[in-house]
Amino acid sequence: MESRHVISVLVENKPGVLARVSGMFSGRAFNIHSLSVAPTMSPDVSRMTVVTYGSEAIIEQIIKQLRKLINVIKVQDLTQGDYVDREMALVRVKATSSKRADVLRIVDIFRGKIVDIASDSMIVEITGGAGKIEAMIELLTPLGILELIRTGTVALPRGRKSTRYSEPSE
Amino acid sequence: MKINGAQILLRALKEEGVDTIFGYPGGAVIDIFDAIVRHFSEDFKFILTRHEQAAVHAADGYARATGKPGICLVTSGPGGTNTVTGLATAYMDSIPVIVFTGQVPTPLIGNDAFQEADIVGITRPCTKHNYLVQKIDDIAHTIKEAFVIACTGRPGPVLIDLPKDIIQAKAKFDYPKQIEIQTYKPTLKAHPPSIARAAELIREAKRPVIYAGGGVLTSGCHEELLTFVKMTGFPVTMTLMGLGCFPGTHPLSLGMLGMHGTYRANMAVNHADLLLAIGARFDDRVTGKVEEFAKNAKIIHIDIDPTSIQKNIKVDVPIVCDAKDALEKLIEALRQEGQSEECGECLKSWHAQLTAWRNEQRLRFDRTTDIIKPQYVIEKLYELTNGKAIISTEVGQNQMWAAQYYLFDSPRTFLTSGGLGTMGYGFPAAIGAQIAFPDKIVIDIAGDGSIQMNIQELATVKQYNLPVKIAILNNGYLGMVRQWQERFYDNVYAHTDILVAPDFVKLAEAYGALGLRATKTNEVEPLILKALETPGPVIMDFVVDREEGVYPMVPAGASLREMILV
Repeated sequence: MESRHVISVLVENKPGVLARVSGMFSGRAFNIHSLSVAPTMSPDVSRMTVVTYGSEAIIEQIIKQLRKLINVIKVQDLTQGDYVDREMALVRVKATSSKRADVLRIVDIFRGKIVDIASDSMIVEITGGAGKIEAMIELLTPLGILELIRTGTVALPRGRKSTRYSEPSE
Repeated sequence: MKINGAQILLRALKEEGVDTIFGYPGGAVIDIFDAIVRHFSEDFKFILTRHEQAAVHAADGYARATGKPGICLVTSGPGGTNTVTGLATAYMDSIPVIVFTGQVPTPLIGNDAFQEADIVGITRPCTKHNYLVQKIDDIAHTIKEAFVIACTGRPGPVLIDLPKDIIQAKAKFDYPKQIEIQTYKPTLKAHPPSIARAAELIREAKRPVIYAGGGVLTSGCHEELLTFVKMTGFPVTMTLMGLGCFPGTHPLSLGMLGMHGTYRANMAVNHADLLLAIGARFDDRVTGKVEEFAKNAKIIHIDIDPTSIQKNIKVDVPIVCDAKDALEKLIEALRQEGQSEECGECLKSWHAQLTAWRNEQRLRFDRTTDIIKPQYVIEKLYELTNGKAIISTEVGQNQMWAAQYYLFDSPRTFLTSGGLGTMGYGFPAAIGAQIAFPDKIVIDIAGDGSIQMNIQELATVKQYNLPVKIAILNNGYLGMVRQWQERFYDNVYAHTDILVAPDFVKLAEAYGALGLRATKTNEVEPLILKALETPGPVIMDFVVDREEGVYPMVPAGASLREMILV
């Protein structure tokens, strides 16, 4: 049974580390659905959030293979517990003056933001789970989506369960 | 006092106890070679191979034969790319090899400079780890890390890329005696509850089999394995990589298992109620159809690499640790339970069954022919070297016959590319082993195809007067593929007929070595004796039965029960 897993990976912030991680996935025919990476509070450490699909055995291998990489500090399968995950999308939607109100209404419902406006289009920013973003895209589609970009998922475990590696630096 | 990067590198190697470097010079590393000759000529034996691939294989052979890391030094660009096969070979078989490559000066990196290659990018998936050194102050520390990573845990090759300006820059030599790598902590000690659980299964087993792999050799626990077998009476089958970790002549050795394993080894695994896997990774050539493998057995899996566990097969008791630690603790647990030191009459009916299987189907070949059977050559090599030679192999039939017919009694005497299956490995690996053990007999068992993949190394053995012997089982075919074509491809021998080959006797002579040829069975023994008496390198060209096959054979993906016996 394939299921979705959100894996949080703390890595050393060194050149080539992203290539090591992504190369491990491609070389072993594992799938990366989405990947996001940025430095943490500690500039020497970056956090990657990898969303992947696989059977239990595959996910076990993915986690072990990640841990085996020398530059990897800590690996955690967030889907094993409660966690919060978010994506962000920027959507440039066709909006001449007559349609602006329609766009605004939809954006309002989804608690999105208008971050740019031109004479015939607007850029909408939305954050949320994948489902919410897809729902908004669906509603905006009839108005005419000109361009769209989505980030990968970022995630943290809920409550006190830390994915931190070093002490309070984060 | 400040010294340049080249000297820092060489002093660091000295600190690590390195005495031999295999390699090939080039523009980017000219300073290092200069320093070797000017300042370190007393410290290192430098072996100039004739191809960078051979330098890595030689370092690998040195590492397998000694247990120490093998060191290789090559230039940038093609020097580096030529090491890729060697690195991948060492990586698949978990061999500690450290390769230093030159690189174009840092300001030129990324500019498609002359002899530039992104070797760190290229070798990322075939090294345990690799580095591009970007500051002179990082050299010493990086080298220390490389040694730790290459030699500990599950060993493997490490590559260090050294830009020319870093090699030339100067710094103080400050080499750490010990370092901690925060993100690298192999699990060496067994988890006590797992040991207890395993000990329980071991006590209850009626039809146990030990399945021992290269990890036993890496861990250096062959003595412990012998003690364990004495106590328990467990029979041992070995993987290709494991041969030598338990004496091949021991009554409880079942020989190799898997695709070309012995009948009794495969039958034993099929009928076992307990499989104790030590330092082996359930490779497809071992398991055949994985759903059918050791189907009736509980499986205990000892391995230092957590990724090996539950990768190919579900196991009942995983134990992640150094194999030596696990065996010591298992022996201790058995002793505490009052197990006697000698098995005596234990497992009597299981032993009787194993003997019955052996008698039912022994390894065999036609002994009546005048034309040389390749198996006969290996048997004679075994006999005439008293089983004491270091044997390396190429890949294919020569490798399988060597594994079947040469009984390895001592660890680190069989050097073969098991995982990657690299043709051209055996000869340079033999060079590495001969450098490490000048007084031992070192023989490369080769095919006429494989030997041509690194034949240029005849110049190396000549230059250093290494008495490496090459036994070519010359059938004029790429024999293993031909065998598959015979079995599974309607005898269509697509591009496996390689009768057009050099005259190996003349070729040996051209390099200043001795070449000998045998074409009849009765010529084999005198030829081997003559070769062994000859102090320098010798090519033995055995013109063998062209269409002899390696049997038994389990077709790829079939269960071990479905053995083709002849």
